[in-house]
Amino acid sequence: MASVPRLCLLLSIIPTILILCADFACCNTGRKTGDGLDTDFSGFSVPLEHSFEVDDVSRFRMRGALQLRGGRETSVSLSQSQLSEEDRNTLKEVAAVDGLYKIRVPRVSLTDRQTERQMDGYLTAFVRACSLVESHLSDVITLHTDVSGYLIGVSIVTIPGACRGTEVEDEVDLEAFNTTLTIIPPTNAPQPETALFIERMDIEHEKRGKPQEQKSFFAKYWMYIVPLVLFLMMSGAQDQSGGGAANGGGR
Amino acid sequence: MWGRRSLPTLSRIHSHLKRCLSPPTRISLPLSTPGLEISVSICNSHYNTNGFIAFLFDSEMFFLLSCIELNIFHSDFIVWRHVDKTGPEGSIDILLLHGQDALMVVGDGRLLRSWDTNIGGLNWEAVLDTGSFQAACFVAIQDTVKLVAVLKKAAISLHYLSNGHQKWVENLPDSDAVQYQAVYSGGEEEVYVLGVVPNSHLTIIAYSLEDGEIIKQRSVEASWLSSIESSCVVVGQGVLMCVDPATLALYTLPIQAEETPEFSQILLQVLYLSPTVFPGFQPVLVSSQPHPARSPLSEFFLQLGPDHHVLLQLNADGYTIAPLRDFQPAFLVSFATTGKKTVAAVMTPKNETCCVTRACAINLFSVDSGRRLLDTTVLFPLEPNGGKPHTLYVHAFLKKDDSVGYRVLVQTQDHALTFIQQPGRVVWTREEALADVVTMEMVDLPLTGTQAELEGEFGKKAGKEHGLFPMVLKRLSSQVTLLQAWLAHLWKLFYEARKPRSQVKNEVTIETLSRDEFNLQKMMVMVTASGKLFGIDSKSGSILWKHYLENVQPNAAFKLIVQRTTAHFPHPPQCTLLIKDKDTGLATLHVFNPIFGRKSHIALPALPRPILQSLLLPVIDQDYAKVLLLVDDQYKVTAFPSTKNVLQQLQEMASSIFFYLIRSDQGNLSGFRLRKDLSTERIWEVVLPTEVQKIVAVKGKRPNEHVHSQGRVMGDRSVLYKYLNPNLLAVVTESTDTHPERAFVGVFLVDGVTGRIIHEAVQRKARGPVHFVHSENWVVYEYWNTKSRRNEFSVLELFEGTELYNSTVFSSLDRPHLPQVLQQTYIFPSPITTMEATLTEKGITSRHLLVGLPSGAILSLPKMFLDPRRPEVVTEHSREENLIPYAPEMPIRTEWFINYNQTVARVKGIYTAPSGLESTCLVVAYGLDIYQTRVYPSKQFDVLKDDYDYVLISSVLFALFFATMISKRLAQVKLLNRAWR
Repeated sequence: MASVPRLCLLLSIIPTILILCADFACCNTGRKTGDGLDTDFSGFSVPLEHSFEVDDVSRFRMRGALQLRGGRETSVSLSQSQLSEEDRNTLKEVAAVDGLYKIRVPRVSLTDRQTERQMDGYLTAFVRACSLVESHLSDVITLHTDVSGYLIGVSIVTIPGACRGTEVEDEVDLEAFNTTLTIIPPTNAPQPETALFIERMDIEHEKRGKPQEQKSFFAKYWMYIVPLVLFLMMSGAQDQSGGGAANGGGR
Repeated sequence: MWGRRSLPTLSRIHSHLKRCLSPPTRISLPLSTPGLEISVSICNSHYNTNGFIAFLFDSEMFFLLSCIELNIFHSDFIVWRHVDKTGPEGSIDILLLHGQDALMVVGDGRLLRSWDTNIGGLNWEAVLDTGSFQAACFVAIQDTVKLVAVLKKAAISLHYLSNGHQKWVENLPDSDAVQYQAVYSGGEEEVYVLGVVPNSHLTIIAYSLEDGEIIKQRSVEASWLSSIESSCVVVGQGVLMCVDPATLALYTLPIQAEETPEFSQILLQVLYLSPTVFPGFQPVLVSSQPHPARSPLSEFFLQLGPDHHVLLQLNADGYTIAPLRDFQPAFLVSFATTGKKTVAAVMTPKNETCCVTRACAINLFSVDSGRRLLDTTVLFPLEPNGGKPHTLYVHAFLKKDDSVGYRVLVQTQDHALTFIQQPGRVVWTREEALADVVTMEMVDLPLTGTQAELEGEFGKKAGKEHGLFPMVLKRLSSQVTLLQAWLAHLWKLFYEARKPRSQVKNEVTIETLSRDEFNLQKMMVMVTASGKLFGIDSKSGSILWKHYLENVQPNAAFKLIVQRTTAHFPHPPQCTLLIKDKDTGLATLHVFNPIFGRKSHIALPALPRPILQSLLLPVIDQDYAKVLLLVDDQYKVTAFPSTKNVLQQLQEMASSIFFYLIRSDQGNLSGFRLRKDLSTERIWEVVLPTEVQKIVAVKGKRPNEHVHSQGRVMGDRSVLYKYLNPNLLAVVTESTDTHPERAFVGVFLVDGVTGRIIHEAVQRKARGPVHFVHSENWVVYEYWNTKSRRNEFSVLELFEGTELYNSTVFSSLDRPHLPQVLQQTYIFPSPITTMEATLTEKGITSRHLLVGLPSGAILSLPKMFLDPRRPEVVTEHSREENLIPYAPEMPIRTEWFINYNQTVARVKGIYTAPSGLESTCLVVAYGLDIYQTRVYPSKQFDVLKDDYDYVLISSVLFALFFATMISKRLAQVKLLNRAWR
């Protein structure tokens, strides 16, 4: 987590900036989170809007800007303003009537910049306003992309997520969002692990192979067979010679 | 365990034509009307010497040829049956019958096959040249049928009947402009091909039988003619007879004429026929060619309206027509030939009482004169909830006194076949609608009268209405009835015990239906594509009730919902069938009692707008019926039942009722919340771009599923808790890119309340069809691996981890942490057609997957083999947990087939239902056949074995008991003695 003070378009004072690379965290070594934003920024920004009304009719207002950067290292950061006094009061009122706090982002593609504006429509998610208030505006926003880098869904949860009815007295707690932002690309489902299995089988075979190597019958019992054969040969030769002798004797 | 064989699956509407102008069979096929196509022919097979054999087939979906014995003694026994491939490859273009041979063209002119109808064997098969099939007919040389002519779009070929070899093939002249639609042979030396240039002229080409040389080629002006198939037949000595609906005239044309012929027109008015054709009705001609070596009959039927037929005769001069008889009202007509005699059978309505036809009468008429033959009436009773007659097939035979006798096979709109013998005895009835079951439910049978009495006594209402004294009386009387019932039961047991077992008959009728001890016998409510509902006893497979819903569109979607189970006596159980027209989206409801099949007379809500989604809420009204919510295309919600009580409950619960809608064409998943005024509010939206992938299926969990164990005990005695989210949806997508290297299958697990994507997995180099099961904390899916060219199974399991976030209650709104997802993939050595998981009462029994294989077998695959925690390397812990070491290939063991050799052709779905016994799960597999059985995934752990030694156990018990008594007594005596000492 890193929080860098920065001047923003939206009269914000303390935005919370977070970059989390879900899948490329390992390869994203050289870049420090936060640094990259101020220097060469090749990404683009899309608005993050929110709506909370007592009568539950959606009226989306700007909450902040999502800085998205596509390509191989998908990353995202959020610069957002503080809640105004009026907003804070509305949020509390909405929480009191168990209303919803909704957010939306436009449908964009992180990789293909040309088609970014062609898609219309928004991705919407919600959380109970009371849980947002009770968690002191600590929310976790997750952006989901599909295989080709389109944003397909957004979700928001608060931690803790329950509404226990505890009163939030301190107004300061409701001023700034404490947002954790993540992009989750799809995970690759595993293929059948044939190579590993075969390897394991081979090892097992080898292990088992040595002691259990089947020797041939002859190899096993040669010490018995050879004397037996020798004995037979000897006795046979004796017989033959004996027979020959007998024949000879008869002649 | 029982199975039902059905003949074919019945097709949707499609216009079939007698493509051959001279049908070799003696029946008329339906013309552009829905349903089953049957050809009937005499077959002197050794199976049935006095019966006849029907061929049934479905030319739209796949080839299926079956031979049922129409024996009057043996009812409806299927002698043989063949099921071919699905899709266009197996579709039958035409079926021709001659003697013992059945000839068919399959797969839009791909193959020509000849079958032996006696034994169902394939005589020969010939591969035809490419080109789409148009027509075929038999060709005779010198009075014997030796050849078959096959007409394609641009060529005609002749094949020998004996071996299928090609005699000759000729290209048709000018086939780009002329649509060749018919081929005709009347036993002469030529075969005629008829083609039409719509609204311009007719082309007749005569080919020589010997070498395929064009003998003559004529072109006839016919600006009124658009299609030969739909408006022309050949009658008499090669006269083409056409009907023009616009001018209400018949046109005749001698095909074989030497000079250039011309159509001669005969107005219907001239024939003294009413020129008023039923509005919107296309007049139809029906002719008959009893033998392919001779010319067709000169008599023919003209159908002028749904119930108006006229029998006409072409005079010998070849262009004048004489009307023989006018049949009005007459539903169906058919020709039948026996020996030299040909008769016409006509079905007329009878016993009409207040606009409802109760029965139909079939009469025979002499074709030559149009006179009615005496004593030939056959009555065909119409069922009150059945369909109207649709097609008539007549088998005529000569009696000893040379008069004509006959039997008829009637096909009704509800896809039932009835075989009737004179004078109206129904020999058998087959419900062929059951070959296309769309959806089904199993409903518990009601309690017996005495059990119900007890329920009624302690029911809610009883206490309020009666005082203390009547209650006591009622209690006593119910005790007496119980005693009576018990005595009767004992007597029955005693009585039956004396008889040998084979004589004890358990006849199931709708009156004697009652729940058995372990709730193993249930009522299967089956909804078929034709719109006919069936109630089938699960124990015997006998049909207990049937109800045909008229006016159901052929492509309608059905959803069957059990609103009230049998548990709420005295309220009858209630099922609701939601019928949705796929084109307009408009829905209708049919509410009925699933035990008796009777329609309930409940006020139905008006549904003027297309319905997008229906959801069954756990909210019940004061009559214990669950509330059904219907969401229309303006996201307005209609409740059914919509009593005041229900609406009040809905208002109270509105903020906790969420639902989702999926538009697969837009790749859009969105969630809604109900407002207090029953309007809705969109609260989340997930969009899967359709350029990348398309949603193919979405499955939630079954609401009646119970999970007994919340976690799994690991080898180190810690617990891994399952992520049991009842609102979880499994969404399966397929990539639009079908290239084997880039194709993928996506599996999304989405929370249906919050729209949160719990998990997103992509199976690379994979494509569908994807079959999947979503249950408990796991999803199992099967796909085709395009790289390795094999079927693979993958299993996803979700775990919360070793600690539960909230162990008391699950709420989608308060589960911030994503679950751990484990996944493993296996090779499966067979393709599959459908998949389902077993279901038991309390979920204690281990689960099995029931996999329908294309071979017709149903495999019961233990879920234990599909466990992502199967270790690569066996450790002490994994051995402790009883985990099977990982093997990439999933075995198919033949002892896992639950249906042994009773294969179920074309399994379309498997339905599972829990029984009263925890160990037992009821399984119904349906497709072309229906098969029901019980499975015991964990063996019968709660049932005593058959060889359980009751005598030994009880004698040991008694002995121990007496031993204790005696030793106690002895000990007492001893103690006493010691005290005296």
